[in-house]
Amino acid sequence: MSAAPIELPRWADTALVPLVSVAAALAVSGLVVIGIGESPLEATALLLRGALGSAEGIGFTLYYTTNFIFTGLAVAVAFHAGLFNIGGEGQATIAGIFAALACLWLAPLPGLLLVPLAVLAAAAGGALYGFIPGWLQATRGSHVVITTIMFNFLAATLTVYLLVEVIGKPGSMQPETPEFAAHAVLTPMHKLLAPLGITLPATPLNSAFLLALAALVAVWALIFRSRLGYAIRTVGANPRAAAYAGISPARITMVAMAISGALAGGLAVNEVMGVQHRLLLDFTAGYGFVGIAVALMGRGHPVGVALAALLFGVLYQGGAELSFDKPAITRDMVVVIGGVIILFAGALDGLFRRAVAVLLRPGRAA
Amino acid sequence: MDAIATFAVVLDSAIRLSVPLLCAAMAGLWSERAGVVDIGLEGKMLMAAFASAVIAAQSGSAWAGLGAGILASVMLSLVHGFAAITWRGNQIVSGVAINMLAAGLTVILGNAWFGQGGRTPTLEGAARFGDVTLPFAQTLRTEVPELGLIYDEVISGHAAPAYLALLAVVLTAVVLKRTRFGLRLRAVGENPAAVDTAGISVAGLRYGAVIICGVLCGLGGTYLAVSQSAGFLPHMTAGKGFIALAAVIFANWRPWPALWACLLFGGLDAVAIRLQGVALPGIGQVPVQAIQALPYLMTVILLAGFIGKSTPPKAAGLPYVKER
Repeated sequence: MSAAPIELPRWADTALVPLVSVAAALAVSGLVVIGIGESPLEATALLLRGALGSAEGIGFTLYYTTNFIFTGLAVAVAFHAGLFNIGGEGQATIAGIFAALACLWLAPLPGLLLVPLAVLAAAAGGALYGFIPGWLQATRGSHVVITTIMFNFLAATLTVYLLVEVIGKPGSMQPETPEFAAHAVLTPMHKLLAPLGITLPATPLNSAFLLALAALVAVWALIFRSRLGYAIRTVGANPRAAAYAGISPARITMVAMAISGALAGGLAVNEVMGVQHRLLLDFTAGYGFVGIAVALMGRGHPVGVALAALLFGVLYQGGAELSFDKPAITRDMVVVIGGVIILFAGALDGLFRRAVAVLLRPGRAA
Repeated sequence: MDAIATFAVVLDSAIRLSVPLLCAAMAGLWSERAGVVDIGLEGKMLMAAFASAVIAAQSGSAWAGLGAGILASVMLSLVHGFAAITWRGNQIVSGVAINMLAAGLTVILGNAWFGQGGRTPTLEGAARFGDVTLPFAQTLRTEVPELGLIYDEVISGHAAPAYLALLAVVLTAVVLKRTRFGLRLRAVGENPAAVDTAGISVAGLRYGAVIICGVLCGLGGTYLAVSQSAGFLPHMTAGKGFIALAAVIFANWRPWPALWACLLFGGLDAVAIRLQGVALPGIGQVPVQAIQALPYLMTVILLAGFIGKSTPPKAAGLPYVKER
């Protein structure tokens, strides 16, 4: 039926196919909106206005985008090595614990030293938690997908234990750590830009956004311009050929998973150090899973990841605004859209490639 | 006497907590034995729990709820089959998508239809599966000292889906091992090319397995919402689909060991609930989280080959491409 690979021009492959699958995903989500008795057009208008219609809305949108850039890049880097990292949630959770411990224990240090150390601690925590499944796959043959699933749950139970029994705020009914010292947190964007004469409304957008942009560039340079990136892509394309070329697939598996985990740790930097200023239960809120949709939509390329992360930022912020006006359409709509995008852009790729092929050359491709 | 009563109560709740795991584990076993990896068990159970609670509330019949739960779960299974079998998509990606879809859709629809933060109305009377008392339970309890009590507490007094789940284990074991359909299905998971050469449809068998997987997930989800609880709660599967996946790996993709693994994991859960805030002599208070984490931890250790060895079906996760 569809055994022969479908040949497409490069521009269609990298841009048109993802666009068609996203459009189809949004259409399906429109059907869900109709199903609960609301107008999809009105909902879209409200969503866009909520996300992009004001400086405050844009600030919130970019704050969500920051999270998706980190988790999207995390999944993308693993993809390039032929690995499927579904452990973003767990890696970010452990990164959050590391960041929180650094912020609490190193509080006597000045902010200029403390903040970078805490960011590094987050990256190290995420990297460690990504490295272990990588190591288990490389040396013990246990599949990264299953181990990262199990590791997500292990990280979640560990956080509950730590917050309830060990580092929780004394006397608090909520499982959370005490608030970090004022010099141990990231600067919000409106304060950062105020000295430059730019006045912005107060939003959770903070300097972690700049870190996310830097991560985009760094991942691009790593994957497409460095020796290690070449090795990663070679292992992803063909591990046996890589081994013949003198690249150790086992080593690359571990390195790629550690980098992936470190990037997932960026989610903790933004949420824990940038916004909440304390470690909370479930601060990862499914961002790690949405990262899979972001990476699939962005075809693993940092430019694509940035655009996809922006789209999900718009959906998240717009969805929050939308749910004020239309209580029936809750934020969970974004989870549905994410799910459909993962299904269409990831698992049903072949179907959409065929559709695009038919579109480009009617009659011949079928 | 007291110790036995406590033991019986813990064992009883262990069985209750195992039933959803058991259904999902059998579901995963069917699918993976046919070569289709399914990490969407969680999503299918969740969707089934929602659909069954909605229909049971509307119709007032728990059995109608079960039908709806199975139907909803099979629909998701067919989506997975369409992506994984017909279009040879990535099975893991498809499973992740199904989990997210179910998590989002159930909350949105529940919220829009009932306006109770995603909950469905409370189920009462015939809309809920009541406990089935097996024959002689009361008589045996009073007549036979210890065993009678255990019979009444542990074996009798579960809801109909629980007994169906046990039946599913027996059927799975017999059909997979002793029937032609079972043999072919296992062959498709090991060497699809050979099955194809014999003139049997690989896609047909895989779709069959995926549909059976949907039916069983539907049973598990329905048990959660219409029997264990009196209605649907958002995210009520809470990782049970993944523990079931762990149980399948633990059991090396075999039905009877999967039953024991599920009972063990359900038992751990029951013990964790029982031990909440209890100090054990000599050890002190055991953190509940440590016990809850055990199934996941044990699976990681098993997969790493430190205890036993796991051998998945050879063609699991690989789409079948017919040679031309």
